[in-house]
Amino acid sequence: MQRNSCGLKIRANSHHFLLVLVLPPAFKAAVLIQQWYRRYVARLEMRRRCTWRIFQSIEYACEQDQIKLHNFFSYLMDHFTPSSSKERDFISRMFISGESFKEAELEKYCDYESMEVPDSYTGPRLSFPLLPDHATALLEAFKQKQQLHARYVLNLLHETRKHLKQLPNISHVSTCYSEEVTVCGDLHGQLDDLFLIFYKNGLPSPSKSYVFNGDFVDRGKQSLEILIILFTFLLIYPKEVHLNRGNHEDHMVNLRYGFTKEVMHKYKAHGKKILKMIQNVFCWLPLATLIDQKVLIIHGGISDTTDLDVLEKIQRNKFISVLRAKKRKESNRNVEIQETNEESKAEADPAGNEAAPSLPPSPQPAQAPSTANRLEFSRWVRQTVQEQIEWCRRLVDISESEEEELTYASMVSLTDLDGPCHTRQEDRKQILDILWSDPMPQEGCIVNTVRGGGCYFGPDVTRKILEKYNLQFLIRSHECKQEGYEFCHNRKVLTIFSASNYYEIGSNRGAYVKLGPDLVPHFVQYQANKAAHTLTMTQRISRVEESAFRALREKLFAHTSALHQRVQGRITLSNWATAVESVLHLGLPWRMLRPQLVRSTADGMLEYKSWLDDLAMEQRSQEHIQTSLLEVIYRNRSNLETIFRIIDRDHSGLISFEEFHQTWKLFSSHMNIELTDDGINDLVRSIDFNKDGNIDFNEFLEAFRCHLQCLDSGEGRQVPGALG
Amino acid sequence: MAEKEGSGEDGTVAEIEEKIIEVFEAFDNEGSKSVDARDIGLIVRTLGCFPTEAELNELLAKVEDEEEPGGYIHLEKFLPVMTKVLLNRSYRPVPEDVLLHAFEVLDENKCGYITKEDLVKYLTEEGEPFTEEEMENMLSVALDPETNTVRYRNYISKLVVDET
Repeated sequence: MQRNSCGLKIRANSHHFLLVLVLPPAFKAAVLIQQWYRRYVARLEMRRRCTWRIFQSIEYACEQDQIKLHNFFSYLMDHFTPSSSKERDFISRMFISGESFKEAELEKYCDYESMEVPDSYTGPRLSFPLLPDHATALLEAFKQKQQLHARYVLNLLHETRKHLKQLPNISHVSTCYSEEVTVCGDLHGQLDDLFLIFYKNGLPSPSKSYVFNGDFVDRGKQSLEILIILFTFLLIYPKEVHLNRGNHEDHMVNLRYGFTKEVMHKYKAHGKKILKMIQNVFCWLPLATLIDQKVLIIHGGISDTTDLDVLEKIQRNKFISVLRAKKRKESNRNVEIQETNEESKAEADPAGNEAAPSLPPSPQPAQAPSTANRLEFSRWVRQTVQEQIEWCRRLVDISESEEEELTYASMVSLTDLDGPCHTRQEDRKQILDILWSDPMPQEGCIVNTVRGGGCYFGPDVTRKILEKYNLQFLIRSHECKQEGYEFCHNRKVLTIFSASNYYEIGSNRGAYVKLGPDLVPHFVQYQANKAAHTLTMTQRISRVEESAFRALREKLFAHTSALHQRVQGRITLSNWATAVESVLHLGLPWRMLRPQLVRSTADGMLEYKSWLDDLAMEQRSQEHIQTSLLEVIYRNRSNLETIFRIIDRDHSGLISFEEFHQTWKLFSSHMNIELTDDGINDLVRSIDFNKDGNIDFNEFLEAFRCHLQCLDSGEGRQVPGALG
Repeated sequence: MAEKEGSGEDGTVAEIEEKIIEVFEAFDNEGSKSVDARDIGLIVRTLGCFPTEAELNELLAKVEDEEEPGGYIHLEKFLPVMTKVLLNRSYRPVPEDVLLHAFEVLDENKCGYITKEDLVKYLTEEGEPFTEEEMENMLSVALDPETNTVRYRNYISKLVVDET
C-alpha cells in the first residue's frame, strides 16, 4: 500500500473497478487525468530523444564519410600509377589543393591595396588601426544584410594574421583584469545567435572579455560575417578577445560543409583570394585558452597523450589542414606530401586523417565490365584500387603499434625541411586530439571512430590532466547540446554550444557561460528564433521530428537497392529493424521509429515491398542501371561535391567534361558500381550539360534535387532529362 | 505516433523482449545494460503502458537493486518483469471517453469548462498530485487565457491529434 499526500490509501495495483468501489469521484478523476497526462508527456519526451539521435547519427555519419573519402584519396595517391600524363595531371591535381605561397607571394596574390572601392559602395569602410566605431558600423551593416567590400575583407584578414602571429599557442586570460570572462561555443555561421549574445551580454570591451571556442564557420549561411566581426573585435580589443581554433577552421572541412561555397557565392571574383587568406589565418589561430591557469578551454577535448608543454611549442601554423594522408609505405614516387606552409615550395594536402582507424569496410569484388575494349581505364583503376585497398587493409589488421611504425617509416617527403618527421606526426596528433575529441562516460581513451578524428576520452583521462596541470575543469564545445550546455565527468568537463536551433527550429537552445574570479560558471541560454517561442512544446517537437524523419527517409531512399537485397515480401518488425540497421549503420532505435517509416498490416507484418516502392522510384527495366546510378549519386552527393570542389581549383564552379568523366570513373570504382561509358554519357546528355564542354556542377547536383522533388510529388519519372 | 497494440497478439515473447531491449538501450548511455531508476517511468510509458505512480513504484520495487535502491536498474532484472507486464497488458490505456468522463466529474456545474483555480486545486491536491512544473506545462496548452478556464473537450481532442 502506498500513501499519497492526502493521506488516502491507494491500492498498489488499482484498477478502475476498485477505484469505483473505494474512492471519492473527484479523486478518481484526478488520478485518471494525471495518469493519462504523464503518459502523454513521456511519449513526447521519447519522440524528442529519438529525433535528437536521428540528427546526431546522421551528422556524425557524414563526418565519418568525409574522413573515409580522405582516406580513400590518400591510399589512391600512394599506389596509383597513372597510365597517361593526362591521368597523372588529373590525379596530382586532386591532391594538390592549391598552389603554396611564400610569404611575399602570399602578400602579392592577396593584394588588396590596388583594389578600388567604387563610390557607389555604401557599406562600411575600414581603416587601420580599427576603432570601436568600425565594429558598430559592421554590426549595423550586417544587420541590414550589406556586404563588406572585398578590399576591406582582405585588409582585415592581413591585419588579423599579423596579429595572430604574435600570439602563443595557448592564450592566457586573467579574471583580475576584467572581472568576468564570457565563453562562447560553436557558432557555425549563425549570425543571429552572435547578435543575440551581444545583445544579452554586451559587446566586447575593456571591461568585457570574451573567449570564442572555435567552429565559427560552416553549415550556417553567415560564416564570413561572423569571422569579420570576430576578427574586428580581436583587433580592437586584443587583450579582451580570444579565439580558439575549431575543427571547422580548416579548408578541407570547409570544402564540404559550406563555407567555401558561401565565400565564392558572395565574392565571386575575389573569393579565391579571400579563401586563400583565410586558410593562412586559420592556421595561426591559437589552439587553447587558459583562464587563471585553472580552466582550460579547447574546442574538442583531450586524449591520454595530450601534453600542454608540447602544445605550447608546436609550430601551429604548419598545419593549415589538420586532416592529411597517412602514408602506408615509403613512397618511391615524386608526389610531395607535405605540411602546407607558406614558406615551403610545393603544397600537397592529400586529405586523410591521422588518428582515424582504418579504411571503410571491404568493397565487393569488382565485376567485369560489359564491353571489354572500351573500359580499359576503369577496369584497370578498379583492379588497382581494389588491390591497394586490400593491401592497406591487411596493413591495418596488423596491430595498432605497428601502424605507428609504418607511419613513421613512410613519413614525409624529401623536401620537408622542418625537422624529424616523427615529431611532426606527434604534433599533428596533439592538435587533432584537441580539436576533434569527445568525452565519453566510460573510463579509458579510444579512437573516435564516429567522427573519424581525435579520441573518446573518459573521466580518468580528465582527472589525470587536471591533476597534472593543477586545473579545476575543462571547457569544450564541438557537440550540440539540447540546453546549450552540459556537464560531464563529474562536472569536470563543461560543453558549451552557442548555435541555437542547430538541427532545426526548436531543436536546441544555445548558451554561453560567464566566469568570475571565483570561476563558478553562470549560464545564459537563448534561442534565436522568435517563431520557436510561440510554439507549444508539442508543436516544436513535431516540427523538429518532421525534419528528422525527412532526413532519415532520404537516407533510406538512397539505399533502396541494398535494402531490396536484404529483405523480400512481408517481414516481421524484427527483421526489418535488423535489415535497416545493417544497411544504414546509424545505431538508431528502429522499432521505435517504425510507425513513422513503414505501415504494418493487421497481423503485425510489414509490407516491405510496398514500402520500398513508396520510397524508391518506379523502375522500368531498361533504366535499371540508371536508377541505381542515381541512387548512388544521391547517396554520395556530399562526397561528390567535395571531390568536385577539390578539382575545381579556381573555384569557378565548372569542371571540364573530361575531368568529370575521370572523377566519376575513379569514384565509381571506389563505390564499386558497374559503369559503362555509355551509362555516363547517357546521364550527362539527359542532364543537358555541354556548355562548351564544361559542367556546372551546381547544376548537376541541382538536377538531382529537382529529380527527387519530382518523385515526392508523385510524378515518378526517373530520367533526369525530363527536367529543364 | 500512436502505436496501437492491435486486437491480435502483441507479438511473440521474443519480439516483445526485443522491443523492451531497444527502448531500454535508448536510455543506456554507457552501454552498461543499466538505466537510471528515474527513467523507468519513461521507458514503461514508451512501451505503451499507462501506469499510475503507485503502479510504477510497485514495479520499481520488483526491479530495484536491493543493495542500492533508487540507483540503477539492470536489464536482466527488468526484462522478465516488463515482459510479463506487456503480456498481461497491465497498466491499460486510459481511453478518450474515460478521460472525458474524468474531466466531466470535476466539472461540477456541467458547463463544459473548469476554471483554472479548480483544476489546479484538483490536480495538485488530489489523486497523485502534479508537480508545479507538470501543472504549468498542462496549463500552457490547456488554458484559454481569455476566460482563464480549461475547455476540456477541445483540450482532449487537441492532444489526441498530437498523438497521431
